[in-house]
Amino acid sequence: MDTRVHFKSWWLPYALLLPQVAVTLVFFIWPSVQALHQSVLAQDVFGITTRFVWFDNFIDLWYSREYLRSFSRTLLFSFSVTFIAMSLGLLFAVLVDRILKGSSGYKLLLTWPYAVAPAVAGVLWLFMFNTSTGVLALTLRSMGIDWDHVIRGDQAMLLVILASAWRQIAYNFLFFLAGLQAIPRSLKEAAAIDGAGPVKRFWTIIFPLLAPTTFFLLVINIVYAFFETFGVIHAVTRGGPGQATEILVYKVYRDGFVGMDFGASAAQSVILMILVIGLTAIQFKYLERRVHY
Amino acid sequence: MANVAIRNIRKSYGKTQVIHGIDLKVEPGEFIVLVGPSGCGKSTLLRMIAGLEEITSGEIQIAGRRVNELEPRERDIAMVFQNYALYPHMTVYNNMAYGLRNRGYKKDVVDQEVRRAAETLQIGDLLDRRPGQLSGGQRQRVAMGRCIVRHPSVFLFDEPLSNLDAKLRVQMRLEIRKLHQSQGVTSVYVTHDQVEAMTLADRLVVMNAGVAEQIGTPLEVYDRPASTFVADFIGSPSMNFLNAQVIEHGKALHLPDGRDVPLPVQGLDPEALENMASVTVGVRPENLKPIEDKGGGWLRLKVLMSETLGADTLVHGTVGDAQVTARLPGAATYAPDSLLAFGSKPEHTLLFDAGTGKRIDASASPAPAATLATGQ
Repeated sequence: MDTRVHFKSWWLPYALLLPQVAVTLVFFIWPSVQALHQSVLAQDVFGITTRFVWFDNFIDLWYSREYLRSFSRTLLFSFSVTFIAMSLGLLFAVLVDRILKGSSGYKLLLTWPYAVAPAVAGVLWLFMFNTSTGVLALTLRSMGIDWDHVIRGDQAMLLVILASAWRQIAYNFLFFLAGLQAIPRSLKEAAAIDGAGPVKRFWTIIFPLLAPTTFFLLVINIVYAFFETFGVIHAVTRGGPGQATEILVYKVYRDGFVGMDFGASAAQSVILMILVIGLTAIQFKYLERRVHY
Repeated sequence: MANVAIRNIRKSYGKTQVIHGIDLKVEPGEFIVLVGPSGCGKSTLLRMIAGLEEITSGEIQIAGRRVNELEPRERDIAMVFQNYALYPHMTVYNNMAYGLRNRGYKKDVVDQEVRRAAETLQIGDLLDRRPGQLSGGQRQRVAMGRCIVRHPSVFLFDEPLSNLDAKLRVQMRLEIRKLHQSQGVTSVYVTHDQVEAMTLADRLVVMNAGVAEQIGTPLEVYDRPASTFVADFIGSPSMNFLNAQVIEHGKALHLPDGRDVPLPVQGLDPEALENMASVTVGVRPENLKPIEDKGGGWLRLKVLMSETLGADTLVHGTVGDAQVTARLPGAATYAPDSLLAFGSKPEHTLLFDAGTGKRIDASASPAPAATLATGQ
């Protein structure tokens, strides 16, 4: 049976598509092309002359110690955020999956953080860890830990990792919970009869069966940590102290809009673009035909 | 081999009680089938034996040991689930080895047991496959293999054949029977299929609304059902029921079609019926015997239609407002609206209390009667 919709006039489907296409063109395609173009140009200090320099901007980045350090910092940041967000998301999902009464209340509370905008989440954490007035900073200090993320780079990094992971826990929680609830109860029961205790059951039956969900979330979380944490960092540390929390996306912004080095900034964003395309390709390739089984 | 003792088991979900006190003693090596319509509590009872449902009150013993508080893995049982519950990410080999490995058996023992079970079930060439690559019947075998490798003291089956097509179901039924004969493990089997129940069981437990209506061998349950529920549930087509008024101090019955007939059962003290206003007469379709003599027989069937099944013919008709079916040998057609006379052997004619549905016992040992009870 032909289930396609037939339009009476030829232009109507195009008119319906137009808004989405327009948004994509103006906000995605055009800036991408611009970035690609700018990444092979170099401007003088005053912005008067522009030269075509081939791949000099990329070569400069390769030799820039600052850029490479930002890269390794980003890896540390991303894997920490991903690990914390995913393990806590899974933990909460397992706990909520076990309780029978009032689980919808927990579900609501645990999903809430996802509704908070990244910048707002950042400010929230900033308040809690404010060196002179923050609840958690004062608590830590009373416990003898000298909390001052404004000065100490490692503490600043920890703070942006926590603030970024916090929001993502909610997202991971939802997907893991859906994944857990899709596992037939009889499998867990069969494993229980087969002599596996709760912990063994989790690692030998449940966790392997969650593999597709875990892989999907892994990609999503890395992409999130790489690209969508700009708001959190901008609100909490502005990349500082020094460059302690300056991850790649933040460096793009700083070099381009603060340092006005458009060529270098564009080259960095092209590299990020290639990364995200790579991650998406991996995801499509493996997720389409399911992981593990 | 172990016995299973169930004592006054009850199960409630909140305020709703779903199992109302069941007693059952399963002898070592016995094959018990729990049968009943959906929602009767048979699966819940099985899951309580397995330890997958908490026991609200009462006691379950396996091999003389109280298991109420034990985890499923401590009860020395194995279970075949309705959807097989095979681990989809493991090979057939690992599915079967899982339970042994969890119990810390040595690698060579595990290997030996798995290969022996695979041989018994003829799945030796499937050991490297994943469950997703198997057919329904093969999955069923793997699920059974997973149980037999561990040599548990009790096998539990939760409607294991209901996901198979009709032909495979018959085949697997025989294999389960064969497996039980060779291994002799005490088994409790849940089904809603009365043919499975009749063919597999050493003893049947017919359940209805959380109560064991009758516990007995298949033939006992078939021939001497304890209640109209059991009589109706077991047998296809099911037993015919006629509501009749007791007249002449329990010596005769007033049938729905307005005819008065002498009591078509033997050995029943008429005084037992004297105080009853009405009873339900039950007789199985194949036990209705046609009477050539138009004046004979106690039942007059007005034919609605007949179905020829080849080996025999089902005649559907009415007696007053009651629907009655008779199964007659051979192929023949009967004209609608014609009147057929039937009799039945007294031991095949059952009386039930019209109020409670319980069978009114004729006597402990019904006298075999060679002649058909004839009315009028």
